[in-house]
Parts: sequence; structure tokens; C-alpha cells
Amino acid sequence: MDFAHDCDPFPAAVKVLIAGGFGVGKTTFVGAVSEIEPLSTEELLTQISRATDSLEGVEGKATTTVAMDFGRITLGARHVLYLFGTPGQERFWFMWDELCEGALGAVVLADTRRLDQCFAAVDFFERRGLGFIVAVNEFEGAHRYTHEEVRAAVDLGADVPLVMCDARHASSTTEVLVNLVRHLIETRNEHAPEVVRPHEPSAPHP
Amino acid sequence: MAATSGGPWLDGDAGRLIRPYTVSGGRTRPTVSFDLLTLVRATGSRPHSQLGPDHAQVLGLCGRPTSVAEIAAHIRQPAVVTKVLLSDLLDCGAVATREPTLLGPDSPDLALLEAVLHGLRARL
Ligand SMILES: Nc1nc2c(ncn2[C@@H]2O[C@H](COP(=O)(O)OP(=O)(O)OP(=O)(O)O)[C@@H](O)[C@H]2O)c(=O)[nH]1
Ligand SMILES: [Mg+2]
Repeated sequence: MDFAHDCDPFPAAVKVLIAGGFGVGKTTFVGAVSEIEPLSTEELLTQISRATDSLEGVEGKATTTVAMDFGRITLGARHVLYLFGTPGQERFWFMWDELCEGALGAVVLADTRRLDQCFAAVDFFERRGLGFIVAVNEFEGAHRYTHEEVRAAVDLGADVPLVMCDARHASSTTEVLVNLVRHLIETRNEHAPEVVRPHEPSAPHP
Repeated sequence: MAATSGGPWLDGDAGRLIRPYTVSGGRTRPTVSFDLLTLVRATGSRPHSQLGPDHAQVLGLCGRPTSVAEIAAHIRQPAVVTKVLLSDLLDCGAVATREPTLLGPDSPDLALLEAVLHGLRARL
């Protein structure tokens, strides 16, 4: 008897990354938008830095882990969206490379009290070519800047959407994800019929 | 306050210190490759050999399609160790898997994005 095939088919699993600097509310965001209690998935430091699924080299040894936030949103019977909150500290960012692989896109969380904290994440996704939006987590008591002020401070391209949010609330965080996916659809439409060929020579850049 | 810059790897900001090899039963790598988002589900077929407690716990979490990342979080084991346990269960036919739908930069899968958008909007 094999019930793996008919009565409960596998949904398509897709992922989105929630990134940003230290303490901007990534864990709070993932917990608020997820339908399951916030979980934390660990990777071995030794293992990811070599990008292999292997315990070779750590046999019999104690080794440390790095944790990433993890959440799930079931979207009907056929799709399930997974959220990964990336480790805030830059020294753990090598993990992002693997997480970026095949991701739909990313949300860069920013805190207006420490806007410089999101530079590195913005820069990372720009270089990776992964679609992203910036969401300002509005902590109360923090000065409210205008969109233009935040854009200027982060030196954000005009094509990258900027939204305000409250990382503690499901409706606000879901809205952020809606904005992200709309942005991904729009940018894909722009490039649509032309298939990108990675190895085609392009105009030289300075 | 936690140290936030510099410093050695082995501090409070890095996670727990564990002995992964003990849980993996001495195996260093899974027999097949799993993504963090590979979905796993119990097939209902019981393995012939007696399952150890770690394998039994993992199998117990696969009643419905569940991601590797989620299983790892629940059993509080690193992803790589979880993958070794899952590959054992796959080898003996106790679970079936499905690879995640990965979106490449060169594959504008608009239908997929539209479906995700639709699903998210329905939650608002
Ligand atoms: N008032 C307020 N507090 C928030 C908000 N979002 C997060 N916090 C609080 O800010 C602190 C940091 O939030 P986290 O979600 O842990 O931030 P993080 O980005 O995961 O932090 P690291 O993983 O350490 O980088 C926590 O104490 C949260 O409760 C918000 O929108 N408003
Ligand atoms: Mg956190």
C-alpha cells in the first residue's frame, strides 16, 4: 500500500529569504507571518563553509552550529512557501549563498535607527541578482523618515520597492510578501520574452 | 551582552556545540542529496529492520509532506545530520521525497509567482 501517490500529493515548495542587519526584527517577522510556531534550523559551520553535505572532518568531534529562522505558509493545496531568516551577523553570511539558490526573492528588513545595517544585505542581493524589496520595520519611538529620505540614505535604486511594516503583525508582514511577489512579477514581465543567456557577451562595464 | 564582532567562532553567537556524528550513526553523508526544502512523506511501508529512536522520531514527523528544514528544526539536529537519517529512511522505502521548485534567474515562471501572489492575498 503506497499512499504517497494519490490522496495527499506533494505541494510545490518555494522559498523567500528575510534578511537584514543584526536585531532588525528578522526572527519577529518570520514568526509573525508563519503559520507554524517559529522554528530554528541549524547547519554545521564546518559543513556549510565547504558547501557539502558531509560530516567528514568532524567525525567524533564536537562542532558548532549556526541557526536560521524558519517559517511556513501553506498557499492552498498546491503551493507551500517557506521563509528563511538569515543570520544577522555578517560573518555567517556565507550561508546565504546556499539559501539564495532557487529562492523566489528576498525581503531586506531595515531599522531607521540603524539604516547602515542593511547596506550589506542590499549590496549582497544586488550582486547576486536576486529580486528583493526593502521593508522598514517601524519600531515605536524611532524617527519616522519619509520614503525619499530612506531611499537616499540607503542609496536604493528607483526600481527597488520600499515599504513600511510592523514585523510583529501577520497582516503587515503578509503585505510585505505580497509587495515582494508583485515586484518579482513586474520585473519578470519587463524582461519577459527575452531568454537570458548567461554566457552571452555583454557590453563591457567600467 | 553577546559579543557581536570579531572573536573566535566558538562563542555564544554561534549556535550549540554538538556531536553530530553520534546521531548519524557513524555515517558522514546522506546516500542521496537533499535540499533544505525537499519535501518528505512517510509511504506507510514499515521498514523491515527495527528503527532506532532517531529514525523513528523523524519518520513520525513525516505524516504529511514536510520539509527537511522543518524536520531538522523539530528534532533539533543540524540539517546535515537530518539528511543522513532521512536517506536511511528513503533507502528502506519508509519515505518518499519531492524536490523543491527552485526558481532560476533564467526561468521566469510567472504562473508560479502568480499562484504564490494569489495564495498570499487570500490570507490578508
Ligand atoms: N517595538 C517593536 N519591537 C520589535 C519589532 N520587531 C522586533 N522587535 C523587537 O526587537 C528585538 C529584536 O528582534 P528580532 O526579531 O529578534 O531581531 P533579529 O533581526 O532576528 O535579530 P538577530 O537574529 O539577533 O539579528 C526583539 O526584542 C523584538 O521583540 C517591532 O516592530 N516593534
Ligand atoms: Mg534573529
